[in-house]
Amino acid sequence: MKRLLSYLKKYKTAALLAVLCIILETFLELIIPLIMADMVDTGIATANQSYIFQRGLLMGVCALAALILGTGSARFAAVCGQGAGAEIRKDEYRKLQQFSFSNTDRFRTSSLVTRLTGDVTNIQNSISSGLRPAFRAPVMMITAVGVSFYINKELAAVFLVAAPALGILLFLIIRRVRPLYSKMQKSVDLVNRIIQENLAAIRVVKAYVRGDYELAKFEEVNLGLQTTSEKAFRTASLNMPAMQLVMYATILCILWFGGDLVSSGGLRVGELTGFLSYVLQVLNSLMMISNVFMMFTRSIASWRRICEVMDEKIDITEEHAKNISVTRGEIIFDHVFFKYSKNAREYVLSDICLHIEPGQTVGIIGRTGAAKSTLVQLIPRLYDATEGSVLIDGHPVQDYPLKPLRDSIAMVLQKNTLFSGTVKENLLWGREDASQEEIEEACRIACVDEFIERLEKGYDTDLGQGGVNVSGGQKQRLCIARALLKKPRVLILDDSTSAVDTATEARIREGLANHLPQTTKIMIAQRISSVFHADKIIILEDGRIHAAGTHRELLANDSIYQEIYRSQQEGVAL
Amino acid sequence: MARYNGYARPKNRKKTIKQLLHYMGIYKWSMVLVALLVCISSLANIMGTYLLKPVVNHYILPGDIPGLLGMLLFMAVMYGCGALATLGYNQLMVHTSQKIVGRIRRDLFAHTQTLPLSYFDAHTHGELMSRFTNDVDTLTEALNNSFTLLIQSFIVVTGTITMLIILNFQLSLIVIAFLVLMFFLIRFNGKKSKIYYLEQQKYLGSINSFVEEMVSGQKVEKVFNHEEQDFREFCRRNEALRQSSTKALSYSGMMVPTIVSLSYFNYAVSACVGGMFVLSGLMDLGSLTSYLVYVRQSAMPMNQFTQQINFLLAALSGAERIFEMMEESPETDEGKITLCHVQERDGMLQENDREGRDYAWKVPQADGSCRLVPLKGDVRFTNVVFGYTSEKKILNGISLYAKPGQKIAFVGSTGAGKTTIINLINRFYEIQEGVITYDGLDLRDICKKDLRRSLSMVIQDTHLFTGTIADNIRYGRLKASDEEVRQAARIANADSFIRRLPEGYDTMLHSDGANLSQGQRQLLAIARAAISRPPVLILDEATSSVDTRTERLIEKGMDSLMEGRTVFVIAHRLSTVRNSKAIMVLEQGKIIERGSHEELIAQRGRYYRLYTGQFELD
Repeated sequence: MKRLLSYLKKYKTAALLAVLCIILETFLELIIPLIMADMVDTGIATANQSYIFQRGLLMGVCALAALILGTGSARFAAVCGQGAGAEIRKDEYRKLQQFSFSNTDRFRTSSLVTRLTGDVTNIQNSISSGLRPAFRAPVMMITAVGVSFYINKELAAVFLVAAPALGILLFLIIRRVRPLYSKMQKSVDLVNRIIQENLAAIRVVKAYVRGDYELAKFEEVNLGLQTTSEKAFRTASLNMPAMQLVMYATILCILWFGGDLVSSGGLRVGELTGFLSYVLQVLNSLMMISNVFMMFTRSIASWRRICEVMDEKIDITEEHAKNISVTRGEIIFDHVFFKYSKNAREYVLSDICLHIEPGQTVGIIGRTGAAKSTLVQLIPRLYDATEGSVLIDGHPVQDYPLKPLRDSIAMVLQKNTLFSGTVKENLLWGREDASQEEIEEACRIACVDEFIERLEKGYDTDLGQGGVNVSGGQKQRLCIARALLKKPRVLILDDSTSAVDTATEARIREGLANHLPQTTKIMIAQRISSVFHADKIIILEDGRIHAAGTHRELLANDSIYQEIYRSQQEGVAL
Repeated sequence: MARYNGYARPKNRKKTIKQLLHYMGIYKWSMVLVALLVCISSLANIMGTYLLKPVVNHYILPGDIPGLLGMLLFMAVMYGCGALATLGYNQLMVHTSQKIVGRIRRDLFAHTQTLPLSYFDAHTHGELMSRFTNDVDTLTEALNNSFTLLIQSFIVVTGTITMLIILNFQLSLIVIAFLVLMFFLIRFNGKKSKIYYLEQQKYLGSINSFVEEMVSGQKVEKVFNHEEQDFREFCRRNEALRQSSTKALSYSGMMVPTIVSLSYFNYAVSACVGGMFVLSGLMDLGSLTSYLVYVRQSAMPMNQFTQQINFLLAALSGAERIFEMMEESPETDEGKITLCHVQERDGMLQENDREGRDYAWKVPQADGSCRLVPLKGDVRFTNVVFGYTSEKKILNGISLYAKPGQKIAFVGSTGAGKTTIINLINRFYEIQEGVITYDGLDLRDICKKDLRRSLSMVIQDTHLFTGTIADNIRYGRLKASDEEVRQAARIANADSFIRRLPEGYDTMLHSDGANLSQGQRQLLAIARAAISRPPVLILDEATSSVDTRTERLIEKGMDSLMEGRTVFVIAHRLSTVRNSKAIMVLEQGKIIERGSHEELIAQRGRYYRLYTGQFELD
């Protein structure tokens, strides 16, 4: 709760002004009937025309003031509610960016999206539209209660029963509805997930004609959401009849006891009628307050979900970081073991020992699932080794601050991701301030320059979501160009020329050798032709290093390498 | 990055309301019942207030205690009914509104499934997701409360005005004049805030899409240290949202105080004029006082009415975005030809219910009967012209034929149009000129569903769904048994790695199978295709991340599975394609060479150069 308030701090002035406006407006509202009574009692009774108009004018002025104050309160409440929401969203996104992959996995993408949009909206709206009743109702209630006690203490004692009764009912409802709201948000996540997966895999869905199946899947979660939200909202709506019940009972009690008092001479009839109107005012304010409570209960469920994101413990931190940066690009794996989760039985990587000299080119090959990608992802700390250590220039990777570490390592991922935006915007991911010449040079090395030039708008061509308008090979080459712009000390290509034809690949390889001679290059590949020129070729088998050596050495001595070679050589000897 | 697809179109609020009413109409009896209960509840409330005066005058003043008791009992019953009605309409309304909203969500999803791929290419996932959640949410809020409160306040307002007219017709003209003024104000303000509400929903969608894209591409963000730039972009969108939603709420929030102070003015003017009436003897003081009480009472429901109008406005802007998506035209499918299983008996093809290996096209004839055309997988392109956008042609008058029952490969440099050809066979996109025939039938005459059912496709990007490994393989054929799943996995050479997973085939995959390697994901996609037992198989770079040794094993399995059937293969790795019967070399949307591996090598053309590029080792 405290933290929620701290987000309001930046909008303190707006919040205070909003509250001030609301309270003043409420007072005006209380004063206007008094002026009216004065007008009727004094003005009309004494037939004083000018007095009537004077009071009328005063009421008009009050109404105008109420208008200004009311508008002001709406404006200020909107400013502070939406502002605080924006701040929360910003902080939440900031935190999200620090998440490691296991952090993200725990939440799922779709749930994170909801937590950043729908949940924040809930909070925003309850601030923006809850502020007015939240401050107005107590003022109304306190004055009305005060006046009714002033009129008749005995009769006002009815409140002492009615208010706690209402409080208990409200408490019971809120206690029941709170977990229901959390459940509802969870169902929203589920619906979101099905939609997200469906959209991502829409080609698969269409190719297998699985629209009906997907719809059935959706209907299931949709029904789940429908049921949970119905339960939550139904429980919340009990608030209204419960309120009415108490209100009506109070009126009846007052009429009964009041009638009694009148007949025994303890109360005048006029007082009873006046008293009743104040009772209605009190009960109406209570109604407003209970509505505010309902709104806040929902927001608190959302706030909890936001806090879960904010309080998530980040796996990969910079706590050991010293002020150093990568200079040479020497990489050492020292008895590295790795598994994705602590509970997994088997290690994905076992006892990896590896020494890569600065400027060397190293090829990694191995069977599908041999953990080639996992191995290289330990270098820029996308994951941390479970045991053993990865060293760059003699320092464990944990000693480097994350930003300079990742700045000096360029990695082209196996699963190429381009973002919606133009070709140039995507390339600038490599380095924001890269000049047009640098961009063009990187594209030349990656052999994607011709392709871009053929595009109608060249570098300004829009790629569409995830680069849908670009073929697999072009995507890979764009990704290589993007990585080159970083001017890295270490370049890692994770099977990133698999969709590029061999001739082009050879040109890319040559370009890399000529333009980045100092850079340590690590290449994961399937084709022997992609790695045969490397200074060292490593064969991974089931998460262990099976053999390492040059093409010639391996071809002469290693059975797996020979087998791979043969599988690619067949048919050539024509 | 600064790109947003949802451009503003001329919006038609009336149409949106009509569409919304259509959905409410489905549950019209519930709605009628709700309205009825609201009436009872409001009447109980009004009656109660109305009865206060007689209770005081007739029972309390004369001290008629038994009479008072009787009256109070009557009121208790009435109030009880009122509270029960309130309970009833609230519960029923929530139930109905959830049903309506659930149905809208379902229809929206169902409609989404029919949209052409080009729609998905042009809209980000997050933005589409936002329509299902954020936009539908605004609608839920409104339906839960606004409908009933609107009826309620309408009844109270009408009741009060009637009372005012009865009490004093001339004076009530003032109130009516103010009501008309309020009506126009609400309309004017509504128009303004609607624009901002729409903007708010749009920016919410843009944040949704940004977060979705960035979380999905988290690895790239980290590898490129792109957090700062992304944060800035996020802040930009966040700020845009903040501004538009602040404006929307300020405008709509203004309405309530405006109406409130207008009712004060009304009160003041009524009092002044009423005072004059009394002074000139047109009215007595008592009537004026009770008249003014009613004037004051009419303010509350007006206030409530306005507030609900606000919620409705927000909801309508959400609804507008939902219905806008529902109006997108679906994929065209005018095909009549369907697919069926057949069996050959006495040299004649006969339709068969059993799922066998043989399929045929059922071609409806003019006389109502059907002709059976055996499915062979004979695909021919004649002068096909195609581009993803009308300006830029990817394929320029391409003609090709694939002999059925063979493995046919497409090779060529990246961007030559190989995947495009596949996309056209599947009718993911529509060709602009020329004809594609499938077993001699025009592709457009074949029902799309059946066309796609006849083709099994493994595409470049592998997508897995949340569920077990077995579920993901079974996606190819939902009725497949566990044994068939394992068999398909064995063909795809995925069995060994699956069995090593903690829970084997029952291992749950999350987040698009995040911890599986690309190669393993491809193996699962191949298993998915294998289990579907397709008459025609399309492999588009299906093994690009699989090592060549594993690939050889898969190839053997697939060759025996697809014996005598048509298989299209796209690959860069020539070891993948070399044992195909026909290899077509594509260059810039044209076929420049075709033949078997040996023939093409002997030609010493483009294929030869591509191929030998791979073996420049020694």
